Amino acid sequence: MNLTAMPARRLFVARAGGATLSAATIGLLAGASGCATAQSSATAQGDVRILNVALGLEHEAIGAYQLGATSGLLQKPVLDIAVSFQSHHKAHRDALIATIEKLGGRPVAEKSLQEYAGALNAASLKSQADVLALAAKLELGATNAYLGVIPSFTDNKLGQVAARLAADETMHYTVLISALGQALPTRALSFGG
Amino acid sequence: MRGASVCATLLAGLATAASAQPAGDPVAGRAAYEARCGGCHSVDADRVGPRHAGLIGRRAGSVPGYDYSPALARSRLVWDARNLDRWLQNPEALIPGQQMGYRLEDAAVRADIVAFLGTLRASGR
Repeated sequence: MNLTAMPARRLFVARAGGATLSAATIGLLAGASGCATAQSSATAQGDVRILNVALGLEHEAIGAYQLGATSGLLQKPVLDIAVSFQSHHKAHRDALIATIEKLGGRPVAEKSLQEYAGALNAASLKSQADVLALAAKLELGATNAYLGVIPSFTDNKLGQVAARLAADETMHYTVLISALGQALPTRALSFGG
Repeated sequence: MRGASVCATLLAGLATAASAQPAGDPVAGRAAYEARCGGCHSVDADRVGPRHAGLIGRRAGSVPGYDYSPALARSRLVWDARNLDRWLQNPEALIPGQQMGYRLEDAAVRADIVAFLGTLRASGR
């Protein structure tokens, strides 16, 4: 699949779609955290620690897409795709912050764009394919990270939320590797485990 | 005769221990590391998680400048292949109160990743 040959609208939700996702996700997380507030303080703290790591991951993803979008390396409609995916991560971020605060936690702050650029070696990005490859790598890591934390939540509803977040990241990953011309995973159950 | 029996028992025990922690493939481990750990970690840079260069033999919670959980920072653990395997399987069981919720169930993949981590030397950063 070549993304540039396909109408962006067919492939991706527009920014308004991202806003809808945000509201829906926040609603889901609010419901989950409503259940979580019944947990003891100690177990809730464990869930908050996991959620804060996830929030750090979302902060970084937003920064990575910002670096890509402002690099001058992305052409339309790939640029629109990057902005759309970034809007998903912003919705994830907002939902995670709301949930962490509901559980009595303190959301971890984002780092500077310069720090993300250094940690992700953004200076090495020289082409659109480089940007897409970095994004695909991060999205795959995020998919597996969300799947891997599910057993650790004491509140099962938070595990369900992690699965939904993983589904978004998987969508991003499969689109990105398709845009790069890479093969889709040939084996079943290739994520998580 | 009794000595031979004890020896056989010991050998059997060692074989069981070895099979419980299979030798990993560092090449496969590199790919698994990118896929499973790459959302939060890099070899040479601190990201959501700390960098992994020089991990084996390093005291847990000791990368300068990285904001560890108090539980990990207080731990006296020194990373080796065995405790890394336990960490990846269930970090909270190894060090309660730490902040990594990620669990990797697949023992063979864990062994590959640990083998890859064992190839990483300190970057001097």
